[in-house]
Amino acid sequence: MSSLKLAVPSKGRLQEQTFEWFSTRGITLERTGSGREYAGQVRGVSNVELVLLSAGEIPRELAAGRIHMGVTGQDLVAEKIPAWETQVAQIAEMGFGHADLILAVPSFWADVESIDDLDAAAAAFRKAHGMRLRIATKYHNIVREYLRREGVADYQLVDSQGATEGTIKNLTAEAVADITSTGDTLRANHLKILKSPPVLASQATLFSSKLANWAPEAITARAEILSCIGAKNG
Amino acid sequence: MQANARAYLEGGRTGAGLAALRAEVGRLMAGFTANAAVTVEPAALLSADILIDLYGEDLRARAYTTHDPVLGEQMLRPDFTVPVAQMHLESGTAQGRYAYAGSVWRRQEPGSARPVEYLQCGFEAFGDANTAQADAEVFAMIAEALRNAPVAPVTGDMGIILAGVSALETTPPRKAALMRHLWRPDRFTRLLERYAAPLSQSENRSALLSALRGGRLEDYLSTQGPAIGLRSVSEIQKRAEILLEDAETPPIPPAQVALLERALAVNAPMKDAIKSLRRIAAEMPAITPAIDLIEARAEAISAFGIDGFQLPFEASYGRTSLEYYDGFVFGFTAEARADLPQIAQGGRYGALTRALGRETPAVGGIIRPEALLALGGPQ
Repeated sequence: MSSLKLAVPSKGRLQEQTFEWFSTRGITLERTGSGREYAGQVRGVSNVELVLLSAGEIPRELAAGRIHMGVTGQDLVAEKIPAWETQVAQIAEMGFGHADLILAVPSFWADVESIDDLDAAAAAFRKAHGMRLRIATKYHNIVREYLRREGVADYQLVDSQGATEGTIKNLTAEAVADITSTGDTLRANHLKILKSPPVLASQATLFSSKLANWAPEAITARAEILSCIGAKNG
Repeated sequence: MQANARAYLEGGRTGAGLAALRAEVGRLMAGFTANAAVTVEPAALLSADILIDLYGEDLRARAYTTHDPVLGEQMLRPDFTVPVAQMHLESGTAQGRYAYAGSVWRRQEPGSARPVEYLQCGFEAFGDANTAQADAEVFAMIAEALRNAPVAPVTGDMGIILAGVSALETTPPRKAALMRHLWRPDRFTRLLERYAAPLSQSENRSALLSALRGGRLEDYLSTQGPAIGLRSVSEIQKRAEILLEDAETPPIPPAQVALLERALAVNAPMKDAIKSLRRIAAEMPAITPAIDLIEARAEAISAFGIDGFQLPFEASYGRTSLEYYDGFVFGFTAEARADLPQIAQGGRYGALTRALGRETPAVGGIIRPEALLALGGPQ
């Protein structure tokens, strides 16, 4: 069967909001089976198969062309797909799942407010400690590209896959680059956000793969989806 | 890519194609060793720490890294300059000349047609006493190797910007900050603009500085948050003192900034470039020794049978490269072939040897033999 494979997050609030977003646009996504089973169906458009995947895996599947369309965060697409614009198209920003990738430093660093300050502090830190200032993150590609663009030197990225805000207190990093929505976790860990636009402002977004096998049925199904959600074919 | 293809050369990995490439590499190496260079072959796998300390985290986006549980993070040789310089510094001798040929590996942007593996054939000279003469010799050697190729030379000299920055009427920390970003022109320009403008201060910054002036810095910091992490209160105090000095520093006079910008914009045949720079030096005498060196070098190049005063000179050339060039810089470009990289390039890099632990005069250059053959160059 050459249906269109649409991937949505496999659980949680992001899935609920995705279902709501499609439902208000006349497309019903629903889970089938026991509720624990990762299976689902689509009503309102024909020839669309629902695939439930972890949001973190959806970018990879889009880039590989194993799914035609998918809902995931812009941050994940930017981090996991090099030159993502060449491999996936952004169809619609969905207005939820907002998260900013930001740089944060200890609040008591009263001398560091901007990215320029961070650069200057990194130079002094390297002189004082004989190592480059460590920034903990899991978004290596986005952060490195951002710091290159901003002309920051004398830093190093250290990998942190979770509890990133704790790395400074644990002396494994001096600064962090992480996703925040409200900033509560940062404040609780005595960190402040640098006063500059976020490294990346992200939200849940519907993407389309440029590398999937777009059979005629899949193209028709996509046109139906686009017409329901009021997006342009592109 | 076909298994038989290599950088810029179809069929360069078998039979006649490979034989032609090997002959070309042999020809280039013979030219270098005829100039008293010792042949060296640095390791292909290098310690990532040293390279990243020199070039910064950006290098990770440009070079391939791999991990060894015992040796730690390793990098596939992105360049010969660092391992050859290390070989020389470890030798303990004052002078040394080295020739090498081998692959380097560079990650490329997604979608880029640039090869990720290509050959470099190069020459490095350490410990020369006469800067102009050694610069000229390396330039002439590379030019000679490219004699019949349709390439155009370009030259520059980082000495102009180095002297220009040290001549600015401003504080040592400001000069140091500018020097640190010589190789990042955008950030350099932003810094220079900020230092030339009247100070604008955020509320937080004013509060910090007034706390420092009033001797209440530690109390002030504790109102901001607990002292967590490796960067200590005394480090913040040190930087706050620099910020205070900076806040009391008058802007760099706009006329000086304009003069420096004028010097960096010079782009003309060497003879005219020297004249323009001399006119600028009338108001900025600090760049005179750098101009004298450019002139002496042009004369030394002319002694090799190349009219040094007709070579193109761009004062900003060499500022965006991966290298730590801090003096003479040059390149040879195939203008008719936008698909090819620079066919050859080189320069002087004392700052790199300083960062490696023993400052010594160092100048060198590389040729890309595959690109040269693809251009239909000398064979």
